[in-house]
Amino acid sequence: MNAGEAAVALDRVAVTLGERPVLREVSFRLEAEQFCALIGTNGSGKTTLLRAILGFIPVQAGRIDLPAGAIGYVPQKITLDPGLPLRARDVIALGLDGARFGTRLPSKARAVRVQEMLRAVGAEEFAEQRVGTLSGGQQQRVLLAHALVRRPKLLLLDEPLANLDVGSTAEIVALLRRLSHEFGAAVLLSAHDMNPLLPVVDRIVYLANGCAVSGKADEVVRTEVLSRLYGYHVDVLRVHGRVVVIAAGARTESRDALERDPVHTITVP
Amino acid sequence: MDSICTWGHMGGFWCNQPVRVALAVGGGAALVCAVVGLSTVMRRQAFAGHALADVSGAGGSASYLLGINPLFGFLGMAAAAAGVMEWAQVREARERDLLTGVVLGAGLGLAALLLYLDMTVRNVSGAAITVLFGSMFTIPPSIVPVALIVAAAALGASALIFRPLLVSTLSIDLARAQGARVRTIARIHAMALALAVSLAAMTVGAILSTALLIGPAAAALQVARRPASALALAVLIGLAATWGGIALAYQSYYWTPGRGWPVSFFIVMLIVCAYLLASAVARRRSGSSATAPLSGCQEH
Repeated sequence: MNAGEAAVALDRVAVTLGERPVLREVSFRLEAEQFCALIGTNGSGKTTLLRAILGFIPVQAGRIDLPAGAIGYVPQKITLDPGLPLRARDVIALGLDGARFGTRLPSKARAVRVQEMLRAVGAEEFAEQRVGTLSGGQQQRVLLAHALVRRPKLLLLDEPLANLDVGSTAEIVALLRRLSHEFGAAVLLSAHDMNPLLPVVDRIVYLANGCAVSGKADEVVRTEVLSRLYGYHVDVLRVHGRVVVIAAGARTESRDALERDPVHTITVP
Repeated sequence: MDSICTWGHMGGFWCNQPVRVALAVGGGAALVCAVVGLSTVMRRQAFAGHALADVSGAGGSASYLLGINPLFGFLGMAAAAAGVMEWAQVREARERDLLTGVVLGAGLGLAALLLYLDMTVRNVSGAAITVLFGSMFTIPPSIVPVALIVAAAALGASALIFRPLLVSTLSIDLARAQGARVRTIARIHAMALALAVSLAAMTVGAILSTALLIGPAAAALQVARRPASALALAVLIGLAATWGGIALAYQSYYWTPGRGWPVSFFIVMLIVCAYLLASAVARRRSGSSATAPLSGCQEH
């Protein structure tokens, strides 16, 4: 895939879950090797959007254009059982051909590929350990390697930084940025806390009220843009080099969502 | 072969027709249960496995009424129950357990009626013991070919879905994103489970078949780090317990003349011993790693 070519393009996508419209006319485009953060309050539809791109749920309107080949995916909140007899190495190997029926014979090329991925994500040290016994940050590295081992052109990550400590978060973000370049993959990552991401993202897709705005961070995280998106006034404040988004307008469904999650603190790069 | 028959008690063991049938059918059941049991435990479906085994008892009971091969009875009922549980497409764990409980209750109620009819209509007085707790030395030789076909089908199905089943055990969404057909895989696994519990019910009885299905797998998972080693260990434990149990039951005729103890008792006890041993090994391993000195934390 060449630079400038779309890794994923959404055109006026609408998704309804049950009776509830979750996404309405969501449009954005992500180019090869771009690193994009998908931001929004709890319940704004971030996971729904990623699942729609993956084809897990149908879209009611609009279209989603994807590149040919594999899509890498790291789902939200996987609880890996410490009792599973799967080493980190085994999980990555399953990323290669885990969907295929039948058994396979050991192959040197396959072992080399897995070893390369272990090295790429810095997981060689714990390659032989049961994956369920690893720390949250280590598990994310393994799942990232699992997602990337088939060298996808698009990598989707659903809240991969949730429940990680500050140090692990910074490590995973730096790793993602590096791997995105190395593997030539576009990254679409949903996150609740944008602080650690803004220094590395190329674009932001901000979801609210079922709609999205996309662009560079300083184009999107602005009072007039977000007020229009939420449908009422929100303040975007800069405090000690950070951006804080505060709800201020009339009570609406999205206002309730913002009040449950009242302040986004966003560091301007 | 004939010379083996002269080796004292054990010579009679090898040359005894019911023992040979028990070794063949029991070995097949142990092998299949170890393989299918491993994925069942990893997918946290032990309760579903137990329920299918118990429900299959209704089919076993019906076979005495209908005068058909009991394996077909066990298999028919287990497959029907697995179909109901799987086709209901319940993903949430609590709902799945509730549905399993309902199917289990219905199956046991039906088994109670059919066993009553076995005794009152067909005058088969030993049906209840045979169906619920097994009677390996009374398995007719005609069952062996059918049992081997059932075992081969279950092993083939398990081999077919081995890899995608592992991925979907990690996460259903992860498997779907890779292109795995998770519904198909779950249905094939449910049918393999039905085949496994039917064979287990034929050998150790419907009630005790959970031990053969879950015990070796649970013991292996305590100590194995890789899927292949877990599989090999579960098979080893299952076969050792089954064949060891048959040998001990045979020998028990000589300890208590004329009153040999049930094979199922010995098999289940050997499985429990294997599980306790594996737990001790796992505890010892985790204990030794927990007490290892922490480098960099020592005072200088």
